[in-house]
Amino acid sequence: MSTTPRVVLVDDHGIFRSGVRAELGRAVDVVGEADDVEPAITLIGQVKPDVVLLDVHLPGGSGADVVSAVREQCPDVRFLALSASDAPEDVIGVIRAGARGYVTKTIGTDELLDAIRRVASGDAVFSHRLAGFVLDAFAASGGPDGPAAGQRVQPSFDPELDQLTTREREVLRLIAQGYTYKEIARELYISVKTVESHVSSVLRKLQLSSRHQLTRWATERRLA
Amino acid sequence: MQETSRPPRHPRERRRDRHNRHDWRDHAERWWPTDWQEEPAGGDWWQRHERLATHVHRWRGTWNGESLRRASGDRLAGGVAGGLARWRGFNPTTVRIVFVVAALFSRGWLIPLYFAAWLLVPVDDAEPAPSTPIPSSGTASPDSVTASPANPAVPDSVPSGPAGHGGIVGLGGPASIWNRARHDSRGITLAVGVASLFAVFMVLTTVLNIGLVEGYGWPQVVSVALLVLIWRNTSAGEQEALRRFVAPFGGLGPGGDRRATMLRIGLSCALFAAGIVSMLSAHESLAVLQPLGGFVLIMGAFVIFLGPWWLRIARDLVLERQARARAEERADMAARVHDSVLQTLALIQRRADDPAQVTQLARAQERELRSWLFEGRAPGSMPEVASLVAGVRQIQQDAEARHGVPVEVVTVGDCPLDDDLGALLEAAREAVVNAAKWSEAGVISLYAEVTAEDVEVVVRDRGRGFDPAAVPGDRKGMAESIHGRMGRHGGTVTVQTAVGEGTKVSLKMPRSAVRASS
Repeated sequence: MSTTPRVVLVDDHGIFRSGVRAELGRAVDVVGEADDVEPAITLIGQVKPDVVLLDVHLPGGSGADVVSAVREQCPDVRFLALSASDAPEDVIGVIRAGARGYVTKTIGTDELLDAIRRVASGDAVFSHRLAGFVLDAFAASGGPDGPAAGQRVQPSFDPELDQLTTREREVLRLIAQGYTYKEIARELYISVKTVESHVSSVLRKLQLSSRHQLTRWATERRLA
Repeated sequence: MQETSRPPRHPRERRRDRHNRHDWRDHAERWWPTDWQEEPAGGDWWQRHERLATHVHRWRGTWNGESLRRASGDRLAGGVAGGLARWRGFNPTTVRIVFVVAALFSRGWLIPLYFAAWLLVPVDDAEPAPSTPIPSSGTASPDSVTASPANPAVPDSVPSGPAGHGGIVGLGGPASIWNRARHDSRGITLAVGVASLFAVFMVLTTVLNIGLVEGYGWPQVVSVALLVLIWRNTSAGEQEALRRFVAPFGGLGPGGDRRATMLRIGLSCALFAAGIVSMLSAHESLAVLQPLGGFVLIMGAFVIFLGPWWLRIARDLVLERQARARAEERADMAARVHDSVLQTLALIQRRADDPAQVTQLARAQERELRSWLFEGRAPGSMPEVASLVAGVRQIQQDAEARHGVPVEVVTVGDCPLDDDLGALLEAAREAVVNAAKWSEAGVISLYAEVTAEDVEVVVRDRGRGFDPAAVPGDRKGMAESIHGRMGRHGGTVTVQTAVGEGTKVSLKMPRSAVRASS
C-alpha cells in the first residue's frame, strides 16, 4: 500500500483517459494507455501493471474480453471496471470474467483512488450499484420464495457458492445504501477487515458460482 | 390589394390585362359566378380555362382553410390521390383503390380527370420526406398553404413558354403546372397532335370493333393530351420522377439493356397481335375456345410488356417506404436529442457560473439519456408509475429537479404497486424531501429492496442529522407524512439519527399478498 500502484488505462475515449490521468495525478503511476481490446492485451502483457482501469465497452469487443485474455498470462494484474454503462449484463459480465470491482464513471476522484488502492491490495470494490445488482441476482435465484422459485436450478459443484450468507447480504445492503466500509464496520460491530473479507467472498461467489441464472438474470433485467 | 383599388376599366382592356398579367392574385380576387356572368359567353377558351383554374382554387379554399395540394412525397404518379387523402384526412391507399375502381366504373373517364387535377392543382412546397432531416410530418405548414392564393410573394410573371421548360415552377409560392402550360404553345400543339394520333388509333380499333378498347379508350385521348402538357411543363424534379416511371418501357433508364427491351416489346407485340387476330377470328368461326385463347394471349402480352414496369413500381414503393421510415427515425432521434440534450447544454452554458446548477442539470440529463438508451423510455415522458422501481425513480427525479440534490438510487427486485406500497412511496418521498431540505448533505441515497415478505425503502444522508427528541411538535413532515402514513398501512418506520451523524430512515411495508395469505 505504501508504493504507488502502477496503472494502465483502457478506454476508447482519449479525452476521458487524459481526464482520469489528470485527476489521479501523482497518487498513482499511470504506465500506459490503450484504446481497444488488442492493444490493451499487448500493453498489459508488456508492462504488467498492478491495476487496469478498464472500460466495459470497447470498439473491438468488451472489457470482459481483455480480462479473460490477460488473466491466464498475468494472474497478478487486477482489473477495476470503470464504465458509464449501468446495464446489468455488462457489469456482471466483466465481473464474472475476473474484474475485482466495478465503479461508475461518475465516481469522485478520492473514491476512485481509494478503489484503485483497494483493488491493488487484492480487495474487491463494489459500488453501491453493483451491490444492488448482486443482491438482486442472488435474490432472484434464491430460496423457494424468490421470484424465480418456479425455475429449477442447476446446482453448483459447491452449493455454498450459490447463496449469500446473512452477513454478506447485510454488508451488501449497506453498500447499496451508500455506506463506506468503515461505516459498515461500525454499523455491524465488526472490523473493516471483516467487511473486506465479506465483500471478497461475495466477489468469489459472483465469479465462481456456476449458476446460469446470473447471466440470465442480467439479460432479463435488461429487457425488463 | 392594389388591383381592387384600381379605377374600373373597359372590360376588353381588363381582359387583355388579365391575359398579360399572369398573376394568381388576379385570379384569386375574382369570385367566379359574377365573373363568369360578366364575361361574354363566347369569350376565348384561354379565359375559360383561367376561370376554371380560379374556380378550382376557390372551391378548395372553402373547406377548412387548407388548400388542396398534390403530395410531393407520397405519390405514385402525380400525387393527386396522396394530396387528396391528406387534404381530407383519408388513407392514401384507400383513395387510390377507390380511384381505380371508380375509373373502371366510369369507363375510363376518371383518368383524364386525374390528369386534369395533376395539371391544375399545385404541388405542395414540402420537400419529399426522405431528404428532410426534421419532418414537417408530410404536411406543409398551414400558413404557407393558406396564404398562397393571395400571396404577394408569387412572382408577377410566371416563366412563360418553352423557355421556362424544365425550370422550377412557382418559386416562392405554389403554382399549378397549368400556370405554365397555357403559355407553352408548342406543347399545346404537340398535345393536340399526339391526342389526334391516339384518336386515329381509336378510330381504327372502333372499326375493328374491339368493344373494350372502344369503351375505355376514348377518354384517354384527353388523357394523352393532358399528359403531354404535364410532361412538358412540370418541374425538373417531377420530370425526373416521370422519366423513371416511364423508363422501363423504352429501356431508357440507366443501365437498361436495349436488346432485351426490344425483344420484350417485340414479343409482347406479337402476342398482342396474335390475341387480336384470335379474337377477331372468333366472330366468324364457331370455336368457343378461341376468344379465351385470344384473351390469354393478350393478357400475356400485357404481362410481358408491363411486367418490369410493375416490378419497378413495387420496388420503388418499398424503397421509398424504407427511406421514409429511416428518415422518420432519424428525425425522431434528432428531435429527442434536441428536446433533451441540446436544451440542457444550452442551459448549462447559461448557468456556467453556478457549478451546483450545472452539476444538477448534467445529472438530470444523464439519467434521462440513460433511461432512454438502456431502458427504452422516451425522455421527457412521465413514466407510468405502476411498479415500485418506477415510483422510486420518480421520487429521485422530482427531488433532483426540485431541490437540486443528487439522489443515488439502488433497487433490488421490483413488484407492482398497490395502496400500501403507494403509501410507502409517499412516505419515502417525504423522507427524501426532508433530507434534501434540511440535511445539507451532498448526496442522498435511496435504497429499495423487494423481498418475498416485505418491501423496504431506506433513505439515507450523511448530512447534519438531528436530535429526534428535540424536534418540535409542529414539524409535521416526520410525524404525519411518514409515521402516520406508514402506521395506517401496517408498515414500520425506523429513524436513526444524531446531530452531525446524518440520518437514516428505514421504511418497511409487508406485502399485501403475504399478509392476505397469513
